[in-house]
Amino acid sequence: MSRIVNISRRDFLKTGAMVGGGLILGFSIPGAAPGTPVKPKAPFSPNAFIRIGTDNIVTVIVNKSEMGQGVYTSLPMLIAEELECDWSKIRVEPAPVAPEYNHTEWGQLQGTGGSSSVRSTWDQFRKAGAAARMMLVKAAASNWQVSPDSCRAEKGYVINDGLNKRLNFGALAEKASRLSPPKEITLKGPGDFKVIGRPTRRLDTVDKVRGKALFGIDAKVEGMLVAVVSRAPVFGGKVKTFNDEKARKVAGVKHVVQVPSGVAVIAADFWSANKGRDSLEIEWDLGENAGLSTEDMRARYTGLAATAGIVAKKEGDAEKAFASAVRKLTAQYEVPYLAHATMEPLNCLVDLRKDSCEIWTGTQFQTVDRNNAASISGLEPEKVKIHTMFLGGGFGRRANPRSDFVSEAVHVAKALKKPVKVIWTREDDIHGGYYRPMWHDRISAGIDEKGMPVAWRHTIAGQSIIKGTLFEQGFIKDGIDKTSVEGAADIPYSIPNVYVDLHSTDVNVPVLWWRSVGHSHTAFVVESFMDELAHAAGKDPYEYRMALLDKHPRHRAVLEIAAKKAGWGTPLPKGHARGIAVHESFGSIVAQVAEVSVGKGGEVRVHNVVCAIDCGSVVNPATVKAQMESGIVFGLSATLFSEITFKGGRVEQSNFHDYEVARMKDMPGIDVHIMPGKEPPQGVGEPGVPPVAPAVCNAIFTLTGKRIRRLPIRAEELKA
Amino acid sequence: MYSLMINGKRQKVAVSPDTPLLWVIREHVGLTGTKFGCSKAQCGACTVLIDGRAERSCQTQVKDAVGKKITTIEGIPDNNPVKKAWISEDVPQCGYCQSGQMLQAVALLKAKPKPTEADIDEFMSGCICRCGTYQSIRKAIHIAAGMSSKGGGK
Repeated sequence: MSRIVNISRRDFLKTGAMVGGGLILGFSIPGAAPGTPVKPKAPFSPNAFIRIGTDNIVTVIVNKSEMGQGVYTSLPMLIAEELECDWSKIRVEPAPVAPEYNHTEWGQLQGTGGSSSVRSTWDQFRKAGAAARMMLVKAAASNWQVSPDSCRAEKGYVINDGLNKRLNFGALAEKASRLSPPKEITLKGPGDFKVIGRPTRRLDTVDKVRGKALFGIDAKVEGMLVAVVSRAPVFGGKVKTFNDEKARKVAGVKHVVQVPSGVAVIAADFWSANKGRDSLEIEWDLGENAGLSTEDMRARYTGLAATAGIVAKKEGDAEKAFASAVRKLTAQYEVPYLAHATMEPLNCLVDLRKDSCEIWTGTQFQTVDRNNAASISGLEPEKVKIHTMFLGGGFGRRANPRSDFVSEAVHVAKALKKPVKVIWTREDDIHGGYYRPMWHDRISAGIDEKGMPVAWRHTIAGQSIIKGTLFEQGFIKDGIDKTSVEGAADIPYSIPNVYVDLHSTDVNVPVLWWRSVGHSHTAFVVESFMDELAHAAGKDPYEYRMALLDKHPRHRAVLEIAAKKAGWGTPLPKGHARGIAVHESFGSIVAQVAEVSVGKGGEVRVHNVVCAIDCGSVVNPATVKAQMESGIVFGLSATLFSEITFKGGRVEQSNFHDYEVARMKDMPGIDVHIMPGKEPPQGVGEPGVPPVAPAVCNAIFTLTGKRIRRLPIRAEELKA
Repeated sequence: MYSLMINGKRQKVAVSPDTPLLWVIREHVGLTGTKFGCSKAQCGACTVLIDGRAERSCQTQVKDAVGKKITTIEGIPDNNPVKKAWISEDVPQCGYCQSGQMLQAVALLKAKPKPTEADIDEFMSGCICRCGTYQSIRKAIHIAAGMSSKGGGK
């Protein structure tokens, strides 16, 4: 039922002084004004993640950023499971930057991403809760002069049934704080879970519904000014000269300063700063990107993908197998650059003093941002404090190895010598780069007389996200950026001869991880092409996949549930068709069946998506369901609407009227099925995204006979 | 100096006449529940009620808001069926767009107390949610409509 785990001192450094002092000072909690000192009655801080006050309040210090994915609920659930506290007494605080809060899998780095929050804290947070509970039990037992083994904890009390006595956690907090953390911890087995696995309401809902949750853009400090920055219209461009005479005359404008990224106009409020920026006259040196165009890039990528790249995967002898195959199919797929377009435009408030720097922002990358801020300000990293606010969406954009939006704000504050909040407009965001890369894929399969694939060749061309960042060592091996080929170099299908190669292109457009990273394009290509093979073989796409997934029972199970719940093979209204796809990412397997119709003008309507996921153990089923819906809608935006294109070096889109995303009218009915799992939990924030595009496009093929090989879907390609 | 009536309170602000109501509410009155998303009436994050109608506060200049009754998310009582339904359905994810979504829904239910799916599509499609909470929003609107018809809340 349970297992013994040894915990090292590193896991449970007593951080009482740190947590009780430094952490509380100037610390912001959701719902409180940033900068408001919090003075909880909290004598018991058994570790960096828990503080229990004499008022029975259990404060969970969460080192993951809340960007909608529900970590301010799921991570406290892990602690509550072992702590046996009263759930209604739980409060959440964002962690400051400190080594105790580093990601358990990322080295000396605190951050949120890769759908890893629950997986990477699964043991850590449960152990933290268990250690605290054991200390509270020991404190009570010593009060009653009985063995701790004769006591148990339940709903915020330590209870001794024999003595018929109970003490609440608050009453035990002071005594427990004088005890040493336990050296050995016994964790519950899944059979004993009371919190984990139960649909649990989000702890941040009420504040968010009342408009009280504070995002980075809501942060303010005394004497703060607001800045907007005019950045080069072409990536790599630089300010040649500028005239700020008119800008300075705009009412409210106080300063105009040049920073490495452009020219900042600083005013008492946003509107004045923005008007000031409109009045700036800047002459740019556009640099070598001035001629960049999507059309040229498409031609270049197409040519590249027809040549051999660096080998990412080689199994069997694909060349030989192609030569002996009965038939060969080849197709080319394309996806565009994509902006994350988080609802909250980027922003960052910096209060830079002679010997300190405080930053309020919504970030996924606290340590990276802190270190970049330190190097710009010339301060020791320990002098830089990051206050993590609620993130109005992240999707990877707020985890930038180059800390663009934080670094720039520190530069502005440094030039200004006053607290300043830099706010990006939507246009700044859409033009701001750090996009999902544009990709071109050339894919071929050789099939045997039964229509089954015997050879597979997949050549990928696109920019490396990792190249030139601090993650090179971990993510790039033998010239292969793992994130470029994930989902392509590890296909689950039983194909004896597989060859995958990569061209990492050199283009001066900043790129970044975009929800589901490489999978956002590889799933579209692989799962669309599998569908092409099935149709070429005259076989049912579901059956065809099942036959090729003989070595992957988890994939088969997920696919089977999705097909069954969607009524795969049963009649549909006239003009409707279903498409299916399955894809593994971030440790989880997701299958989706989309039901689609196409109008006379070629407009695609997605009526329903049935989704099945195997993510191992489920911590909060409500979150898993919400994240599947969220991922599907995010993927639908990319399938149906969004693209970033270049002409004359400039981004052609600017706001939601031309960078379109899914709206209520585009929303399909979504039906989520979660497989019960006993294995440790895996990712849920991203895995819902990859299968949508191929599921929709596969349905379109069944309906119209037209194969979509370029996203977003263009209505003109589907006109009746 | 402009005198505005926001959530039943008189607020005096000294700003230029073309300042969008959005920024007056956020920066000068200090009510940050109303959000900035696009400045182009494309996303709905800044939606407030002006004399009971859902309006994009990024498109309303402060001079045009004088003499009107402005309601932000902070001015919607906690027992309003929309707020209650949003909580019972646990609608928000990142939560950034939800103030706008809720005010748009309040206006929808005022115009159509029993909205159809088509009404919801039509009324709500101006409010973008990048987290994709649309299915929960739709459900919450129906629940709020049910509460209103039973005389619950306000």
